[in-house]
Amino acid sequence: MTPERALADAGDEQTKPGRLRGTARDAVTRVRSGDLGPTPVIVGLVIISLIFQALNPTFLSSTNLVNLTMQSAAVGTVAIGVALVLLLGEIDISVGSVSGLASAVLAVGYVQLELALPIVIAASVVSGALIGLAFGVLRTRFGLPSFIITLAGLLAVLGLQLFVLGKTGSINIPFDSWIVQFGQQWFLPAWASYLLIVVSVVCFGWLQVSHSLRRHAAGLTSTATVVIIARSAALMIALLVAAWYLNLSRGVGVMFAVFVLLAVVMQYALMRTAWGRSVYAVGGNVEAARRAGIRVNRVYISVFMLCSSFAALGGVFAAARLAAANQGSGGADTNLNAIAAAVIGGTSLFGGRGSAFSAVLGILVIMSITSGLTLINPDSSIRYMITGAVLLLAVVIDSLSRRSRAAAGRA
Amino acid sequence: MTYRTPIPLRTPAPEHLLELRGISKRFGAIRALEGVDLDVYAGEVVAIVGDNGAGKSTLMKVLSGVHPHDSGTIRFAGNPVTISSPTDSRRLGIESVYQELSLCDNLDVVSNLWLGRELRTGGRLDEVEMEQRSWMLLRELSARVSSVRVPVAALSGGQRQTVAIARSLIGNPRVVILDEPTAALGVAQTAEVLNLIERLRERRLGVILISHNIADVQAVADRIVVLRLGRNGGEFRVADVTSEMIIGAITGATSVASRRTAVAEPRT
Repeated sequence: MTPERALADAGDEQTKPGRLRGTARDAVTRVRSGDLGPTPVIVGLVIISLIFQALNPTFLSSTNLVNLTMQSAAVGTVAIGVALVLLLGEIDISVGSVSGLASAVLAVGYVQLELALPIVIAASVVSGALIGLAFGVLRTRFGLPSFIITLAGLLAVLGLQLFVLGKTGSINIPFDSWIVQFGQQWFLPAWASYLLIVVSVVCFGWLQVSHSLRRHAAGLTSTATVVIIARSAALMIALLVAAWYLNLSRGVGVMFAVFVLLAVVMQYALMRTAWGRSVYAVGGNVEAARRAGIRVNRVYISVFMLCSSFAALGGVFAAARLAAANQGSGGADTNLNAIAAAVIGGTSLFGGRGSAFSAVLGILVIMSITSGLTLINPDSSIRYMITGAVLLLAVVIDSLSRRSRAAAGRA
Repeated sequence: MTYRTPIPLRTPAPEHLLELRGISKRFGAIRALEGVDLDVYAGEVVAIVGDNGAGKSTLMKVLSGVHPHDSGTIRFAGNPVTISSPTDSRRLGIESVYQELSLCDNLDVVSNLWLGRELRTGGRLDEVEMEQRSWMLLRELSARVSSVRVPVAALSGGQRQTVAIARSLIGNPRVVILDEPTAALGVAQTAEVLNLIERLRERRLGVILISHNIADVQAVADRIVVLRLGRNGGEFRVADVTSEMIIGAITGATSVASRRTAVAEPRT
């Protein structure tokens, strides 16, 4: 960095050349003004872990944590889609039914019709996409509230799931099929998990450095390379420690890795493509987005389709983990857990604010609570009440941070 | 569409950008516009003033393609054109800045400026290029925006209006229509926006300024077109008109005295 050179954005009061101490101070200012980011979730996760660990010392055992990650993958995948819909300021309460339908399609297609797995999986996801298309068309053509559309969808798709399952009611998927292996038995070898983490963090860091260098070349304030390296190193160490701990038991599940990969891909699409920008714009101010020439209807339809497709993929994962599909697949808490995960993870219910990563963080919170309570008290009545209270807390935090953002003038 | 620095015109004679003749528009039984004429030249600010319901907003919507007109002709740079959609209008080079701020509060200044026409490199957003050009544009307009990487909700009303107007220039238009740009702004912020309008004139754009505020209009406009009940109610050069004359034309009274009587009389 040459401090003598006048930067093109020298007048910018916000972007100060990134140095280590300045970066830390900026983070504190952001949190104070209500721009919380992932901080409350991570703090919450730590508190929850400490409480359950105190109550039952097996909670933080690597075996339990491996189970926890494997349980998270299916509903977490559903939650990625929910986060997208919430970004638009809409909601989809039919995701549970759609995932149940996808489970049923997978089981019936593979076991009863004896079709090849890739075809059946594709059929499951396509059926989800078609349902999303229907929601999107209803939303844009008739202007119906998405809550009502997807409430109707919840019932209709549940009926469709029962119809597909037919009289059997419950279908087991053979244990030796690769989809069940994928859901239950496939774990990354220890070396592969470390390699994956190192390669992805190095790529991520390199992208940031090259972006920063381009900014510097263009005469804009840039982050010092040392800051990026420090950040990446911290991230890499955290991930490596986590992977090492999981590797003490069975390790990092392939299904969990796929789930995280999906979240990364969606996050990239949201932050770095024109489509992602238009999703945030529509969630922030539909009218402004329309006037800016964004094809708002296409954004709605694409997001509803993606949401239902993710729900269907989550249903496939759930069937793989359970090695079965039945009338209860995708029922009961799938719906609420998926929506709660996106909200707890920090995606605002008011639209225009959030990320795909919120699904990962949020589902870890939900599953920690579920798993912790199961260890202490197998009664589900308490579990529902506590999960409800945590969801309420997350929404209150969302609403409060929105208010303090408004007070600090940060939208 | 990309933003370029405008090339200075070689010909000193102002170009006749817009020529509206006999524009009419009705909504059911209501005649919003009846035979309205309007001319806009490059490098001039034309103010359109009028009472509520005089047809100012309808005229703006005709030009921006929101409500196509029923009869009359529009010529753009000498060629007859039809404007039947916002896309048509934008393609001709007419940009509209609406009264209610049409910005996304949750997005930062750069994202708002380039919304709907983001620069891309290989499918990815080219943030660096967009940010750099944003600074160039804001600098040229001598706009005071504290930061381009904060959500626009963090900006003052004047800065937000500045961003909204600057955004209309990204597509390199020839005519910019501003609907009440100083409404709800404080004194200093109004001055900021009026300065910005002068920058637009210096860039040889045709500026249509729709306003209620006679003082602002007199401060910045070259020509004032009065609309009254959907018709042309008079046209003045700012140099030789008083605010009383403008108000007289707006209300339909010929002098201040008769305007007062008109107001005092109970309406039936």
